[in-house]
Formats: sequence, structure tokens, C-alpha cells
Amino acid sequence: MTKKITIKLCFIFLSLLFAYPGQAEENTPVEFESLVGQLSVNSYSKKEAIIYKIAAIKDSRKVAILQTMLDGELYYRKQDKRIIIRKKSAEQYRITDVLNKKSLGLVDSGAMKKVKVNNKLRRILRGIIARLSLEDESKKIRLAAVYNIQKNINDSGATLLRESLSTEKDEDVREAMITGVALMDVLSEDKDTRIKSVAILAESVVPLAKSRLEDILEKDDQGQYLESDARIRALAKKGIDNIESKLSVYSFLETAFFGLSLGSVLLLIAVGLAITFGVMGVINMAHGELMMIGAYTTYVVQLMMPDYIDYSLFVAIPLAFVVAGLFGIVIERSVIRFLYGRPLETLLATFGISLILQQMVRSIFSPLNRSVATPEWMSGSFEINAAFSLTYNRFYVIIFSLMVFFFLLALLKKTSLGLQVRAVSQNRAMAKAVGVRSEWVDALTFGLGSGIAGVAGVALSQLTNVGPNLGQTYIIDSFMVVVFGGVGNLWGTLVSAMSLGVFNKFLEPWAGAVLAKILVLVLIILFIQKRPRGMFPQKGRAVEN
Amino acid sequence: MLAQTLFKRLLKDDKGGDRMLTVLLAVLVLVPILNLLVPESSVFHLSTYTVTLLGKYLTFALLAIALDLVWGYCGILSLGHGAFFALGGYAMGMYLMRQIGDRGVYGNAELPDFMVFLDWSELPWYWQGFDMFWFAVVMVALVPGVLAFIFGWLAFRSRVTGVYLSIITQALTYALMLAFFRNEMGFGGNNGLTDFKDILGFDLQSDVTRIALFCVSGLALLVGYLVSRFIVNSKFGRVVVAVRDAEDRARFIGYNVEQYKLWIFVFSAVLAGIAGALYVPQVGIINPGEFSPLNSIELAIWVAIGGRGTLYGAVIGAILVNYSKTYFTGVLPEVWLFALGGLFVVVTLFLPRGIVGVRDKRRKKTSEAQA
Repeated sequence: MTKKITIKLCFIFLSLLFAYPGQAEENTPVEFESLVGQLSVNSYSKKEAIIYKIAAIKDSRKVAILQTMLDGELYYRKQDKRIIIRKKSAEQYRITDVLNKKSLGLVDSGAMKKVKVNNKLRRILRGIIARLSLEDESKKIRLAAVYNIQKNINDSGATLLRESLSTEKDEDVREAMITGVALMDVLSEDKDTRIKSVAILAESVVPLAKSRLEDILEKDDQGQYLESDARIRALAKKGIDNIESKLSVYSFLETAFFGLSLGSVLLLIAVGLAITFGVMGVINMAHGELMMIGAYTTYVVQLMMPDYIDYSLFVAIPLAFVVAGLFGIVIERSVIRFLYGRPLETLLATFGISLILQQMVRSIFSPLNRSVATPEWMSGSFEINAAFSLTYNRFYVIIFSLMVFFFLLALLKKTSLGLQVRAVSQNRAMAKAVGVRSEWVDALTFGLGSGIAGVAGVALSQLTNVGPNLGQTYIIDSFMVVVFGGVGNLWGTLVSAMSLGVFNKFLEPWAGAVLAKILVLVLIILFIQKRPRGMFPQKGRAVEN
Repeated sequence: MLAQTLFKRLLKDDKGGDRMLTVLLAVLVLVPILNLLVPESSVFHLSTYTVTLLGKYLTFALLAIALDLVWGYCGILSLGHGAFFALGGYAMGMYLMRQIGDRGVYGNAELPDFMVFLDWSELPWYWQGFDMFWFAVVMVALVPGVLAFIFGWLAFRSRVTGVYLSIITQALTYALMLAFFRNEMGFGGNNGLTDFKDILGFDLQSDVTRIALFCVSGLALLVGYLVSRFIVNSKFGRVVVAVRDAEDRARFIGYNVEQYKLWIFVFSAVLAGIAGALYVPQVGIINPGEFSPLNSIELAIWVAIGGRGTLYGAVIGAILVNYSKTYFTGVLPEVWLFALGGLFVVVTLFLPRGIVGVRDKRRKKTSEAQA
């Protein structure tokens, strides 16, 4: 037992020694690269030595490589022992040199071998990475490292934080470090230390802080408080109240954010329908399938440019708009133009089209879901503090949907096409009489609505599974949004999407996800009774027909 | 000569329904004979599988009549009729569930298997009474009827019409689907109700029970059709048609339009519920999938393809579409959705009055040529 502890202490000491900055100034990148290259050895003890050497060298790539190794995602190529990372691509793997990030092409899984790590190595790696991260130049990485230590705080972690505090300059990081230290100090024997750390924890929203304070108020079997000092107990109680009120504010903000992001998804899926259904009066049941086409376009784009996944969405968005828009124009020219003024018939015909499109996708791509990759810049989250973080993909969806919305609004209000669209939708005969080519406008309007659906599909491909049933999942929601907002009114669609999203998310905590959705549906049904034309009904004579 | 005149008379416009009834009666007599009396080795023998399939089609036909009543005659395109069908089905399913008794996997005489699985200790209040057949039968009509009454009362009173009505009926069935998927609802969640053993003491798997169910479905269709025809030909029915064609005018003349719409809607929902109740023992399962909005839209297609506002057109449409569905999904599964989708488009574009309409048109042409 004592031997084990001694060994542990030895490791900590050794690693501290090697990690000491300034010692490795004279090391060159070449040396670093050769050290990484040696990681393919089988012996764990040799690997251990190499890791320590790598940790001592100054090189911006080392933390990332060690982290990859810890995650078990480091491989080496059998033929030349080059250290690589791999990414699955269909049946094979796309491999990349870990040092210069150069792609080495596709190989079978047999051509490479994992750089294995055992538990001891893992522990060492974790220690080194934590220390190295705390010394990193980027504030973000340092902060993440402190949070990481906080999560599994122990004596050695607290020691590490205490040491780093002396060199740390940034206020945010210092605060996080102080909290981390307090998480251990609150257990100390010394009363003053306890009081001090309780005061620190009372201001923190770290999940562990609250539970540490709650521990103070625990009683043992005899009904005696574990904490003998009544003053500390009172402080802890006050601290818990403080934390709780803070947390409730954050959870409110978080729910609102979730609600807005759900609302943006609803806006995206409904805004195209607001054109085809709202402006043109076509009950477009194929709207969902047009979104599906957009999602599949993303999939195809990514298939064609596998090395540039990060940029694929920028290609996919315009392409999906064009592809879905063309589909829309074909649908309008071949079917819908015969059905104007008979909305229920358009419902049946477009539903037929939706079945055909679904089956088409099944026949071409298979009935199984396809995987669409998420670009790096979409993943991750923006951490405001331990209790409140915003994920980037939700954030981008909000921005993107608003962009699409205002693009559409500008198109309808500021361009001559928009003017013609509104003219035709308000009074077809009069528009024709003053020289609007109504057939052409119809085709373009439907194409526009469909194209927007395609763009929504690109966004959906990042949020859900891409499969033949993608459209069906969303079609009812999109109709609800448009009807709730008021047909023929884009602003109504915006307000309705956002309010439904937020309302749904605020219901969820106490009703559960499914029940919340049911309640929202029932609410809409009842609302339609009160206001049969939605929240913002279109005014004027056109309504009466 | 006599056969020819008879045939001619049957082909007459207003006799389309009678012709359908004749065929239905013939089927009702022939199918039991071919299934029970003709030996299995004979080519004329009808397998029990086919009988069940036919029985299923008959319940669909009854459902189609229900929709045709509100859509074809009153102009209300309900996209939620599948919900009434499924509710009737669930009421029957609950009775069948209670009939299982202690023969379930867990052998609990009081609770259905899925409740034992969920650790429920007693039967929820809304399951009380479903061990009695008469109670279940009352519920089959009452539950869809009451729902239709409440929904229709709200919707028609505030004059929700046309597209808006279609969409909120769709929302209704969608909400019900989500609700029935929940285990907490106590209707078996995802899996629904299944593993039925017997009905009124008769084994559900036996040929005779199957034939009996088939005959009951046929009779229900027959009676349902006759009652519906009686309704649409009555004064009440005339007003309903007037509401369809010119709602405001009917209102101005002094008819209480909402009442007419409401009662035809309720009656239609009850018919749909009965169809569902007959469907469940034949297919042996009811699950929330029956509530899916897709089913209700497909139902509208049966009616549109057969021909709206004729009642017998709906029957023809339902049987035809479902037969081809069975056929194609067996032979060419990839083609089925293409075919169904294409059918929707073609029918709405070129056959606004459905198959029945084509025949009428042709007859009109020939009679014009003769004259």
C-alpha cells in the first residue's frame, strides 16, 4: 500500500520535473517528430519514457497528440510505422499524418495498428495533459482544463491548481482555480479555511459546490450535524440559497435558448411552406419531401468532397436551394397549375408526389438512414460558466433561420418578383390585366418556396437522421406553425414559430417531451377555434374567397 | 334476353349502389361456402388468410363510407378519420385484452401483460367494464362519437372550414398518436394491444370465427351503406348537400348549418369507430400507428379514387386500392409507392369524380350518341 503511494508520488514528482518550462528550449521540431514517431513501440515502459520526453519538449502539437493517444485514437501505419489518425469513410479508413496533417489516402483497417495504452499510461497522460493545459497560452484551453480538474477534484488536483494560481494572470481562470481549491478546502480540518471556502463556494455555480455545501448540512445517525460549527452551517445554508437562485436564472435562460433554437428549426421548416401554402394557397404535402431532397443534397455534396467537410455546407446550401427549387418548378408546371383554387385537391395530388419522392429516394439511396457529417466549427459549445453553456449548432441554427427569413422577406417586399408574387396572390385576374405573367410568377414562387424547403433540409441534415421519412416527421409541425401564425403572413410565421418553440421547451420540464408536444397541438386546435385565421390574419378582400 | 335487361337496369346511374350491394351479398354467401365447404385440395377453396384479408377490406370500405358522408356530401375533408377508426379499434382491443385473462405470459388474471410489465398494481379506471362485451360495443360507438361531438361542436361553431379544418383534424389524430405512444396512457404504448385469444368465447384463430367476423363485417358494411344512403336521401341529407354547395346561402335561408354539420360528423365518426372495432379482431393487433396522419390521408385517397359523393364509389375505391396495395407490396414492393403516388396525382388531375365518374361520363356520351 505504502509502496503504491510512493510510486505515485514518484510519478508526480517526475512529471513535474519534466514539465518544468524553460528546460527544453534547445529542442527542435525534428526531435519532437522523431519522438512521436517512436510511439509505435510495443513496450509500455518505453512509451512511458517517450511520453515524458514529449511532454518536456516545447511544441504546439503535443497536447493534441497526447490527447488523441489518451482517447485511443492514435494509430500507426504498418508499412512505415508512421503515426496517423484515421476517419471512417464507407468501407475503408481515410488516414492522416498526425504531425503534418497531410492526408495519406484510403486504407483498409488491416494496414494500421493502434498505439495501445494501458491504465498506467492513461493516468500519466491525464496528469501530463492537465498540467500542460494549465500552462497553455490559450485562455480557453486553460479554463477547460480547470473545469476538468474541478469535475473530479482530489488532493493532487487541488495542489496542481494551487501551484498554477501563482502564475495565472487571467481573472476568469483564477476564479475557476480558486473555486476548485475551495472544493477541497471545505473538507479541511481547519475552521477558518472551511469558512473561507464556504464563502467562495457560495458564489459558484459549479455542480459540485452545491453538493459540498449540502454535505455540511447533513446529519449523522445520531441526528448530530457533521459540521459542528453553527456559523459555518448558517453560511452554507445561505450559500445554497444563493446558488439555487443563480441556477434558476441560468436554467431559465437555458430553456429560453433551447426554445428559441427549437423555434428557429420550426421557422426554417415552415417558412418555405408559408410561401407555397400561405401565399399561393397550395396545401403542399410534398413540402417535407422537398426538405428531404435538400438533406440528401448535403449528403451527396459531402460524398463528393470528403476532404472538405468543413466547407461542405457552404456548397450544399445554394445547391440544395437550386435542386429543391427545380423539383418545385417541375411539380408546379406538371401538376399544381391545373389545381389552383382547389386547395383540397392540391393536398391529395401533392401527397401523391410526396410518396413518389420518398420512394425515389428509397430506390436511389436505400431505405436506410444516411449519415451526414457535422463540420468541426458546428460542434462544441460556448461556455459562459459551469452552469450555462450554449452549443454552437443551436446557435448557428438560430442565426441561419433568421437569415433565411429576412432574405425571403426582402425578396417579397423589395424586389419586382416579390411585388408580382404578392399581386398574383391577391388578385390574379387584375395582375394579369396589368401585364404580370402570372404563370411564370406561379412557377417561380413555387420554386422559391421549394428551394427554401431545400435549404431547411440542409439544416435538418445537421440535426436529425437523413432518411426517406425525414419529411413526414416535420410536415405536420410546419403546417401547424403556418396556420397558427396566420396564412399569408411571413411575420406571423416568425412569431408563431418562436412562440411555439419557446412554449414547448418551457412545458417540457414538467410535462415531458411528448406530453408537451401534445399540449401544444391541443392548444393550437383550441386557438384555431378562437381565431380561425391564425394569430395575424391577412386583411383585405382576398381573404373572403 | 332477360339477363340482358337485368344487366342494363343494374348499370343505370342510380343503380350503381344496388349493384354494389348485389355483389356484396353474393360475396357474403360465396365466401363462407368456398372457405368452409369446398375441400382444401380444390382450386375453388378460399384460404382463411384470404377471408381475413377480404374481411379487412370490408372494414376499410365501411370507413371509406364514413369519410364519404362528411367529405362527399358535406364538404368537410376530415384528415382525422383514422383517429375515430383507431379509437373504435382500441375499445374492441381492450375487450379482447380482458378476454385473455390469465392466459397471458405473466398469467395475471386481472391485468394485461403490458401492465404487469410496467409494474402496475391495478386496472386503471378507464379499463373498468371492458370485460363485458356489451360495454365494449357501447364504447366503440360512444368514444369516437363523443370526441367527434366535442371537436365538431368547437370547430363548426367557430366556423373553421375548408383547409383549416383539414389541418386541425390532422393535428387531432397526430396528437392522439403521440398520446397513445406513451406507456403512461395505459394502452400498451408502442406495441399496442395484441395477442388476443378469443371473442365471446370463440377462438379467434379458428376458421369458423374468421368467417363469422367476415360476415359480420359484410353485414355492417351493408347496413352502414343502407343507413347512410337513407340519410343522404332524406331531408336532412338534402340540407347537408346544400351546406356543402353554398354554406352561407343555407345559413341565410334559416338552416342551422352547424347542427347539420355536427350530426353528420358525429354519425360518420361512429361508423368509423364500428369499422375499427371489426378490423381489430381480424388483424389481431391495434397500435398507435393506426392514428398516424398518413393513414387518414390514404383514406381520403380511397374515397377520391372511387368517387366522392356516391357512397358506393367509396366502397369501390377502398377495396380496389387496398387490393392493389396487397398485390403490389407482395409482388413489386418498390413499385407500390410510385403507383399509389401516381394514382393520387392522376385521379386528382384527370378524374375529379373518381372511377365512378368515368363510368358515368362514358354512359352519358353513349346515351348522347344514341339520342
